[in-house]
Amino acid sequence: MLKDRTAVVGIGQTRFAKHLEESEKALACRAVLAALDDAGIEPREVDALASFTMEETDEVELAKAIGAGDIIFFSRAGFGGGGSCATVAHLAMAVASGQASVGVAWRSRKRGSGKRPWTNTTQQLPTPAQWTRPFGLLRPADEIGMLARRYMHEHGATRDHLFNVALACRNRANQNPDAIMYDRPLTREMYMDARWISEPLCLYDNCLETDGALACVVVSAERARDCRRKPVYLHSVAQGLPAQHHGMVNYWNDDPLTGPAWAAARQLWKTADFGPEDVDVAQIYDAFTPLIPLSLEGYGFCGRGEGAAFTEGGALELGGRLPVNTGGGGLSEGYIHGFNLINEGVKQLRGISTAQVPDAATCLVTAGEGVPTSALLLRA
Amino acid sequence: MDTMTADGLLLPWPDDDGEPFWEYTRRGELRVQACADCGRLRFPPRPCCPQCGSFADEWRLMSGRGRLWSFVVAHPPLLPAYAERAPYPVAVVELDEDPKIRLVGTLTSSPRRPNAPWNAVPAQRLRIGAPVQAVFQAVTPEVTVVRWALCGS
Ligand SMILES: [Zn+2]
Repeated sequence: MLKDRTAVVGIGQTRFAKHLEESEKALACRAVLAALDDAGIEPREVDALASFTMEETDEVELAKAIGAGDIIFFSRAGFGGGGSCATVAHLAMAVASGQASVGVAWRSRKRGSGKRPWTNTTQQLPTPAQWTRPFGLLRPADEIGMLARRYMHEHGATRDHLFNVALACRNRANQNPDAIMYDRPLTREMYMDARWISEPLCLYDNCLETDGALACVVVSAERARDCRRKPVYLHSVAQGLPAQHHGMVNYWNDDPLTGPAWAAARQLWKTADFGPEDVDVAQIYDAFTPLIPLSLEGYGFCGRGEGAAFTEGGALELGGRLPVNTGGGGLSEGYIHGFNLINEGVKQLRGISTAQVPDAATCLVTAGEGVPTSALLLRA
Repeated sequence: MDTMTADGLLLPWPDDDGEPFWEYTRRGELRVQACADCGRLRFPPRPCCPQCGSFADEWRLMSGRGRLWSFVVAHPPLLPAYAERAPYPVAVVELDEDPKIRLVGTLTSSPRRPNAPWNAVPAQRLRIGAPVQAVFQAVTPEVTVVRWALCGS
């Protein structure tokens, strides 16, 4: 069993901005070296690496730049933001099984200043793009907007529910000096008057494309006790690619509104000592606001169709029933493909978040929903 | 094969499994892949049946009738040719033969107007569950796409 046998002992990040001068490779190195420094571990001790398949700095480049020793385990997790937590999960499995001893997971991305992936027209993937792109369904916002309208229709969710999500993330970003939206409060009026991107989604329902990089260090629980910082244990980890799933355009699934979260959650809770009611704080992948109510249902914080109502009454705010995305999340801290949610989860359980949940001892972190996903259950 | 129309819209880039669908639309037929053994429809097309594992398939003719399952209205930022047409609605339509077979398409104001502009139907007229009918639009000499007309319009 994997339970609590490994821990995150170091986290690192660069600045987050719309534009950073340095290359993705340089940013990756900065984040990894910062995480190792935080852990008090020398780069030459690193023997395992994990990142996203979409990461453009490869293992060879990273390892030689930071001065890593022999790398004996390396792994990539697919499906864009769905891979964020899987990178850490793969390292946990490698370390717990004795295949490696010091693992580093990272993600570096310059999409604040770079091109949006959907503008790449030469990337004509045969399936499923042939069924969507010729008809003007071009962007992830359109693909998720389609699910969002159906969700609103089936379950009585409204734009006010989506605003609750955007506001909770923005309020936390307003407490986090590293967040891109630190000094930019959001009001209901701003939200309701915002320009549409893909109706029913407006500007504030979309994450912030950002330049930046993050990394974290995974070692065995035994070694973690001798590290510089308080260990944050990997209590349970999971990936999820549910039956008859179709990616972002899950319109052909029997039940398109039950996404990969449901599959990952079944595994996550099966190997955990506690359930959703015992989670103190959650970092839920928020490339788009509707992913949060859908994930709240998938991970079992409420019943099917109850995710929107769950957001009412400040439930997602600090002091609410389930504070979420306490660094500001992809919607308001920065969108580094979900990796900032992992590091924020670690900060909460170390007790050093800028929006600290008092005595937080358990944290759920999730990866991209709407694509094959992954999740981590962290314990102090 | 072209990847774009002369006015900059993306063309479907079929894979081996999807190719028959586009051959049939070129003839003005909406056909969906079905298992030749257990008879189940499946979409998108794929090599074998997820129900029974059979590699034998047939392409079954659909009535072209369906209902709006959901829709969005796309606004910029978009690729240039799409931004020119924006805001435009895009729908997912569930077919009468099997509501789990759902096709993405733009809307047109009438079955007699396959070439109507993408914004021909105001979004305010769209309702989930509204009945629609398939309309075939030849966008190039080689490619015909399916659009959807609101019934009774
Ligand atoms: Zn079959």
